[in-house]
Formats: sequence, C-alpha cells, structure tokens
Amino acid sequence: MLNSMKASVAAVAVTAGLATSAMAEDLSGTLRIISDMSNPAPRAIMEGLAADFDAMHSGLTVELEVVDREAWKSQIRNALTANPPDVINWYAANRMAPYVNAGLFEDISDMYANGDLPGLDSVKGAMTMDGKQYGVPYTYYQWGIYYREDIFNELGLTEPATFDEEIANCQKIVDSGRKCYTIGSKFLWTAGGWFDYLNMRTNGFDFHMKLATGEAEWTSDEVRATFANWRKLIDMGAFIDDHQTYSWQEALPFFVNGEATAYLMGNFVVPHLREAGLTDDQIDFYQFPKIADVPMGEDAPTDTFHIASNAQNKAAARAFLQFVTSPDVQTKINGPDGLGQLPVNANASVADDEFIKQGFEMLSNNATGGIAQFFDRDFPAEMASVGMEGLQEFMVFPDNLEDILNRLEDARQRIYK
Amino acid sequence: MSTAQSDMSWARRNRMILTPLLFLAPGILFFAIYVIIPIGQSFNISLYEWDGLGEATYVGIGNYQELVGDRAFEISLWNNVKWLALYLLAIPAGLFIALFLNQTIVGIRLYKSLFFFPFVLSQVVVGLVFSWFYLPNVGLFDIITGWFGIDVRGGILGNPNTATYGIIAAGLWPQTAYCMILYLTGLNAVDPEQIEAGRLDGAKGWRMLWHVILPQLKPATFIAFVVTIIGALRSFDLISIMTNGGPFGSTRVLSFYMFEKALSEYGFRMGYGSAIAVVLFLIMLVFIGYFLWQMYQDEKAARR
Repeated sequence: MLNSMKASVAAVAVTAGLATSAMAEDLSGTLRIISDMSNPAPRAIMEGLAADFDAMHSGLTVELEVVDREAWKSQIRNALTANPPDVINWYAANRMAPYVNAGLFEDISDMYANGDLPGLDSVKGAMTMDGKQYGVPYTYYQWGIYYREDIFNELGLTEPATFDEEIANCQKIVDSGRKCYTIGSKFLWTAGGWFDYLNMRTNGFDFHMKLATGEAEWTSDEVRATFANWRKLIDMGAFIDDHQTYSWQEALPFFVNGEATAYLMGNFVVPHLREAGLTDDQIDFYQFPKIADVPMGEDAPTDTFHIASNAQNKAAARAFLQFVTSPDVQTKINGPDGLGQLPVNANASVADDEFIKQGFEMLSNNATGGIAQFFDRDFPAEMASVGMEGLQEFMVFPDNLEDILNRLEDARQRIYK
Repeated sequence: MSTAQSDMSWARRNRMILTPLLFLAPGILFFAIYVIIPIGQSFNISLYEWDGLGEATYVGIGNYQELVGDRAFEISLWNNVKWLALYLLAIPAGLFIALFLNQTIVGIRLYKSLFFFPFVLSQVVVGLVFSWFYLPNVGLFDIITGWFGIDVRGGILGNPNTATYGIIAAGLWPQTAYCMILYLTGLNAVDPEQIEAGRLDGAKGWRMLWHVILPQLKPATFIAFVVTIIGALRSFDLISIMTNGGPFGSTRVLSFYMFEKALSEYGFRMGYGSAIAVVLFLIMLVFIGYFLWQMYQDEKAARR
C-alpha cells in the first residue's frame, strides 16, 4: 500500500552493527539545508544536527536556514525551483506527490537498495511512490485519545476497547455535567482526525485508503455508516459547543480545566498538557476503540528530509540523510530532551516516556490494518481542503449530511480525473 | 527667424512633448511592469490548468465554467456584495461623528483623537480585539446579548448566518474613523458666509445640512466613497484573522477565495485562482472606471 508505513516497526532488530553514521570519504564544499523545524525545541534539534554534521567533516561547511513551519508549506515551491538548497524538510506519502511528479525531489532508491540506510525498512513504504523512494523520515508520532485519568477514576470509568463502551463511558461523562471530547475545528484539520479514525474503524484501513485515492465514493453506504457513528457522538452532546470558533490550542483549556475529559490528538499535545500543570497521574492515553471487526489502522504522521533534484552537493546531502537516520542520532533527536516522538530507525531506542512507549507499543503491535499519515496528507490537497470543510460543517449541522456528501462526491469526480 | 528655428535640434523643437514624456517614463514603466502586464498574465493563466510547477494545460474557458457551478465562489461573490453595501455605512456614520465633534469645547482635541484612534490600529489588532469581543460564552458581546436573552448559536463568528456581518462590523470601526477625519478637514473648509446666508434665509437643521453644508463637502464625500470602496474590496486581513474564511467557507470573499485556491497550503490551482482574480478585477473595473470618469469631469470643470 502506497500510503502505509507497515507496522513492522515491531521488528526491532537488535543487530546494530551495520549502523554507520557517515560516509568514509571526506566531504567538501557547502551543504545548504532549509528546515521547517521552527518551533523552539525542534529548532534546537535541527541546529544541533547541522553543527554536529559540520564538525564531523572538516572540509564541509553546513549552511542552515530555518523557515517558519506554516510558511514553508507554500514557500517550498519557490525554494525548490529557484536556486534550490541541497536538503529540505517535508512530509511523507501523498504530500510528496506534487514535487515527485514535477521531478523536484531526488530519487534515492539506490540508497535503500544498497544498504546505505539500515533499519529503515519498516518506514520505507511511506517514502515510496511508483516503486521508488524519494527521501528519509526523521520522526513520527502516534494519534489517539488522551484523557483525564483522574476524572475517569472519579467516575469509575476504564479505558474502553469498543465503541459501545466508549459511548457508555461518554454517557456517564455527559451525565456528570462534562463534555466527552474537546476539539477546536477553526482550522479544520482536527475534524479530519476524527473522520480518519471513525472511517478506519468502521470500514477498515483499506477502504479509507480507497477513499483517499479516489476509488471509493463519498456517497457510498460505507461512508454513510461512518457518519452515522459520528452522529451518535454528536447527538449525545459529546463534543464541546462552538468548537468551530477555537483553534486546537484554544480547545486545550476545556481539557485542562476538566470541562471535557478527552482529546483525540497527536502526541505533540502532551508537552502542552504538562506545561498547563497536569501531571502524568492526571493524563493517560488509549487507542481509538474498535468499532467493526476490522484490523485497526492508525494515523502516524511522518516528517521527512529530501534532497532537491537540482542540489549542488548531492554527496554531502546523501551523507546527511544517512546521518539523521542513524540509530544514535535517531535515539537522541527523538528523545525526551528532543522532539519527544518516535524514532524511525528500528535500531534506535524509544524514549522512557509513558506516552511515547504506549504509542510505540500500539503502532508496533496493534496497528495491523496499516498506518495512515493523516487526512490532509493522504488525500490530495484540494480534496483535503473541501473535505475538511465538509467535516466541520457536519459537526456543527449534522442534518446537512446529504448535501455535504453530494458536494464531496462532486469534488471527488472533478479532482481525481 | 526661420533659420534660427531650423538650427534648433529635434529634441529642442519637441521639448514641450518630450519633457512630460520623460518625467512620466519611470512611472509608466513601473506601472506597466507591476500592474498592467500582470493583469494580462492573470487573464492568460486563467485559461490554463496549472499547479505552478509542472506543465500548464490549455483549458479555454473551463475554469470560468467551473466557477459558475462552484457554490463557494457564489458565496464569496455575495459576501463581496454585502461588504460593498454595508461598508458604505462608514460614510454617513463618519459624517455624523464629524458634525458632532466639529465644535469648540474644552478638550475637543482629545475627543477627536479618541474617535480617530481605531484607524491608527493595525487591521490585525482590530480583528483580534473583535474576535475576543465576539467569543461565545466569555466574550463581552455574548454577555450583553445574554441579558436580553439572545443567544447566537456558535457565537457571532461561529455561526454561518452572522459571521460575515460580524467581520463587517469590525471593519466599520476603523473605517468610520477614517471617514470622520476626512469630513472634519472638509468641515474646516466650509464657507461661514454661506452658512450665514443660509441662516438669514431661514435654513436650519436638516435643511441646512442637506442644502448648504453637504454640497460644500462634496470633495470629502467623493474621497470617503473611494477609500471605503477600496477598503471593502481589500477586506482580506480581517477575514484571515477573525475566521480564516470559516465556518465552512461562509465568510470568504473573492480575494480570500483566490488566495486559498492559488496560494495557500491546499491550493496551487493557479488557473482557477487567476479566473477568480479576473472576476474580481472586472468588479473593481466598474468602480475604477467611475472614479476615473469622475476625476476627468472635475479636471475638465476646473480647466474651464
């Protein structure tokens, strides 16, 4: 499956002998990197990586330019076409498609084939388009339901394994005067997370991917079943009110103040919760519960490095890609002092953190359906934008479903020609 | 005499034509490069299907045909009309505040500054202040309407029926201040003798305003109209800050929709974005044409 990063992450081969962090030959010239790791912690990591790589090769100068992460999403086009740098940051799977199709990302299949990138076999799928690989991942993170353990204990609830248990829990939470889930859908993508999970659980990972690649219809019975399940939650008042006016950060206080007990989010939410004063006794994590009897698929967005096709110093760029994916570097940058996420190299060790460990365990052992990237990364950009708008509208006005589905189906027929 | 004239070089003989042309040249050059040529390019790109990276495919008027059936485009177009119509309220509102402030009492300069203050603020700040004002449950607006038992579902900005009006109201705040300043300066130039004459003829109140003062404020009104129309058509920043086009696309205007389709994270349909830009340009052309014609008439009258 094109978009899946098969969950053989489990194969933690302990044979770490192969890992070499840099090529033997010495590199010269300048290596130009443009990175979108602009938030404080990732920025420090990126600057450290550039400095370390620079120090390792006496003949090489590393020039690092860090650009704003949101701005990069539209700047990458100019960067790749006019005076391109050697190495850049981007995202895995379908998000690579425009640049791969335009021939702007370097094909590095040979590096995977000849063993230059040991330990990356499990994540190779997410970097593959038409049988060729176009970059390396450097980090990924799980999605799932983060919940208030203390409130669950107070109400005598346990982590649900099935959707019926989820709804039973939610009913008790609503009865206690709280909301089950906080969400801020102003910027739409959070609703995409809910749809991903409900659809993967109701119809299975493979159907979800068919929908993403335009093979399945939005007006199909399967999609309707997904929305029917979603509607159960909406009708019982599970979500906070007026979520369309909040960003995902603005929705955090509902969780922190205990007005809502759970948040379907990526693992990047954890530092925010800790900063807001919640202790690890108060927060916990569980996998999105089972709905139909289908293998569980998971969202685990992957961030990547690529070499520009028109790069000037490809030898150094390739050595840098080897360097960032090597087990030691992976362990370090994804550690608790770094990104606090999951390492991509099977030989790297996972940080000793309650949430990272649970996420690693879940993705390794209990994501047998497959691993998706995320709604706005798996679906083509235009479908994602029209789609997420429809999802938000459904969450506010569930009665408009028929109209929304017809609109999305029209969009599907136009976009995937 | 005739020999003297033939001695003069070609440049000297034609200097009455050449001099203005030379002075105009830099302006014309840059206007052509940055305005005229890009307009032509937009027209051209709007006939193609192009993602900004690969090859462009010619689709003729395909993009325009798609626009006709595109509901998001229709909503954006109607929102533009709402903006144009309601934004004009800034003109009478500015006039009445100016009339009210056009008196000599202690501290009037302070009051004038306070009324002018919102215009000094960046649109981004205005947008942020109003979005807090409109917040559901905790926002001041919601609390005040709550006293009267009115509850807007989702808050002003979260409800597709009210969101656009909420943003327009936010935009009117600085725009009214702008019009007020234009009228205050205009009122300084009102001829006291005409008012005196009007008073002797028994005009006062509305009649005085309508027949004596407003005609003298005509230049100020024209400028206020121009800046308000321009302001309404470039409402992009407030929308981006306050709702980002949402909820579900109900507050987009053409400029915002064009940006989303052509240049935003999920966009890069250059041809379609250009087609929207062309439609927006044609709407603007109506006003630009009117302004130019009006200015031409004034010049003609002044020369006579």
